[in-house]
Amino acid sequence: MTTPVDAHGAPQGFIRKYIFSLDHKVIGLQYFFLALTAVFVGMFLSLLMRIHLVWPAAVLPLVGEIKPEMYLSLLTMHGTIMVFFVLTTAPQGGFGNYFLPIQIGAPDMAFPVLNMLSFWTTFVGFVVIIAAFFVTGGAPLHGWTGYAPLSALPSAGPGEQLGADLWITSIAIFCVASLMGALNFITTTLDLRAKGMTMMRMPLTVWSWFITAILGLLAFGVLLSAGILLLMDRNLGTSFYVPLVVVNGQIMGHKGGSPLLWQHLFWFFGHPEVYIAILPGMGVASQILSTFSRKPIFGYKAMVYAMLTIGFLGFMVWGHHMFMSGMSPYSAFAFSILTMCIGVPSAIKTFNWLGTMYKGRIRFQTPMLYAIGFVSLFVSGGLSGPFLAQPVLDIQLHDTYFVVGHFHLIMGVAAIFGMFAATYYWFPKMFGRMMNERWGRVHFFLTLAGTYAIFMPMHYLGLAGGTRRYSQYTEVAYLQKLMPLHQFMTYAAIITIAAQFIFVINLFWSMFKGPKASDNPWESTTLEWTTATPPPHDNFGGVTPVVNHGPYEYGVPGAAKDYVMQTDPATSGGH
Amino acid sequence: MGLALMALIWLITLVSTYFFVAKTWWLPMGASAATHWIDGQFALTFVIMGIVFVAAQLSLGYLVWRYRETPSSPPVEYSHGHNTLEVTWTVLTTILFVGLNLMGSSVWASQRFDAAEAGAVQVEVTGMQFAWYFRYPGPDGKYGKTSVNLMDPSAGGEAAVGLSQTDPAAKDDVVTGTMYLPVDREVDVSLRAVDVIHSFFVPSLRFKQDTVPGLNIHMHFKPTAVGEYEIACAELCGLGHYKMHGMVHVVSQEDFDKWLAAREAEKQ
Repeated sequence: MTTPVDAHGAPQGFIRKYIFSLDHKVIGLQYFFLALTAVFVGMFLSLLMRIHLVWPAAVLPLVGEIKPEMYLSLLTMHGTIMVFFVLTTAPQGGFGNYFLPIQIGAPDMAFPVLNMLSFWTTFVGFVVIIAAFFVTGGAPLHGWTGYAPLSALPSAGPGEQLGADLWITSIAIFCVASLMGALNFITTTLDLRAKGMTMMRMPLTVWSWFITAILGLLAFGVLLSAGILLLMDRNLGTSFYVPLVVVNGQIMGHKGGSPLLWQHLFWFFGHPEVYIAILPGMGVASQILSTFSRKPIFGYKAMVYAMLTIGFLGFMVWGHHMFMSGMSPYSAFAFSILTMCIGVPSAIKTFNWLGTMYKGRIRFQTPMLYAIGFVSLFVSGGLSGPFLAQPVLDIQLHDTYFVVGHFHLIMGVAAIFGMFAATYYWFPKMFGRMMNERWGRVHFFLTLAGTYAIFMPMHYLGLAGGTRRYSQYTEVAYLQKLMPLHQFMTYAAIITIAAQFIFVINLFWSMFKGPKASDNPWESTTLEWTTATPPPHDNFGGVTPVVNHGPYEYGVPGAAKDYVMQTDPATSGGH
Repeated sequence: MGLALMALIWLITLVSTYFFVAKTWWLPMGASAATHWIDGQFALTFVIMGIVFVAAQLSLGYLVWRYRETPSSPPVEYSHGHNTLEVTWTVLTTILFVGLNLMGSSVWASQRFDAAEAGAVQVEVTGMQFAWYFRYPGPDGKYGKTSVNLMDPSAGGEAAVGLSQTDPAAKDDVVTGTMYLPVDREVDVSLRAVDVIHSFFVPSLRFKQDTVPGLNIHMHFKPTAVGEYEIACAELCGLGHYKMHGMVHVVSQEDFDKWLAAREAEKQ
């Protein structure tokens, strides 16, 4: 068959090479830097929120005094930017784009033009959401979940006018981009694997990107439709989500819509989205734990089946976000049991990660530190899940900080640790230089301690009934008593955020000044480490790799080195 | 490096666990019939998840330190896994998680699938930006009609919920901004919202339910201790969400009757 790279030779000129590039590696970097920009915007918003909660009257540089409506805009934009433009963009669009083709021995993605289009569509989506800050009325205040009717009625609050239209338009654009990306990932994985790269020889990273793409294909279509209906309710007078309501004494012109319909559609996307954010992190953690323990991954097949099960069950549990919504209490049983079941493959993965390190020879370079941190955070964030999965406990915990602590640890910080691990691990391949180890370690220890200090107290807050999305804790007596916890979390957040500049400086400094990297600095086995650093335009310099081994052949008895590359001759031992 | 990492993971685990066990911040004292069941299920889940949490984090820290690479490390064990182990922990976690879930289910069912006891106090809860209103049907035991055309939130009280002036059943309806309930008697609440979604959350009564425009949701609960309990809105409803606060006064039956009679008298 013709390979996709035949369709585009090595590009000439700056614009074709770096701006409208068809090369999956350049597109991967574009996604990476877009997400890096977005994560700093999102992090800055969270800093403003934490400062406002503790010093509500503070007048801040640039933003002045933060009013309640502005606080709600900050949390809406923080959530939306982080979920879409960071957690979905970097692991899949960034690292997936760069390394999926190389790890399966392909010269590029199956559809390079579609790939370019999906990045630039994502970029437009980002511009649109940032624009929401600058329009009259400001950014919307309805939270990243955008529950109707609040999100559907321009008169329901400040920011619900043009800002809310831009918000939902940006999400719709993002959905289109993600659908294009998902198709590309699935086709590439199924059709472009090198000779010998059977499905069961794919690195777990490839499996995670592949399964994530399937989830994206099924989930983003639903969110896109839901978003279009919301735009129609807002602008064309339809009533999909809005029944007869009175806002500020004014009867709105809607009739017969269902606020719960939005929640069902949103969470049908929203729950798989959690796995879209975390699955690539699981893949990277598996890859790195095996490599730096110098041991094959424990239970490769169990890991693959666990990810498939998580993906499959992930579509049947959306109702656990709605136990308090007025949905039928009978359906809560089904959603609750299925949610508990999803804990099983997650536990299997944890056991297997521990099993991988057991009797290994652990090397503590920065990527490994982050992979270990990932496991710790995955356990901590995961174990609050079985509380929230029980409807009867949700009576107390729903919409409290317990939930905020839970999802930040697991889909926020654990996923970010996956990205940090991936950055430190693949940086040498992407930029041809090594990152600074010492500063990597400092960054790791500060970030691990710091994120726990921010998010663990949220569980205590939630138990005490600490409601989320309150711009001030001055109006309710029992909430005022929880202020010392908020103060502690704000101090922790300021330190942790400051520590992230160590990472950024290390990243950019090493890009230009770091020591030159060899082709395989970590002594890894997968295909990206068989090619030049950085890889040539067609990835393997005219050679088509042939795969003879599984992805994690470390410590093979009788082999010449302690690892066998996937492309090593079949006679080198190992599977 | 292995030692530092183990120390940090262990420290985080112990400090986090300490505050859960010491109950420095904990559920408020419960004052409803459901408290016993809900807090019991909480305690059970805490013990199980706590053990798993501590065991997993401590072993992670230990493995990291124990199997760090040193010049004298033995060669690694070349193994791709262990099927019996995989099956064992799959079965064990399934039993644990599903079993835990089934144990909590009966509490959920009793509050939601059965109707309120006969003779329960009727109260209608209405949420609107950014206040709670409570309506009692009066001696006739029937709520009067309300209409969106009559709703005037700025006027408060009856006008805010749009109570009809002409419907005979509405004549004796009492609308208040504070919820009064008699102790040890079941309350049959019907919850509704006029503008956006709110959530009626009373932590001390272990009660939470979203109020949704277009829906009339029936729930029941039983306060078991006299006292004043805070209501905090638990669903983002707009810029005043943080101050959408209210009070539940649980009083003796006698005081409740007196209070209600006084409100009826004010109306006449």
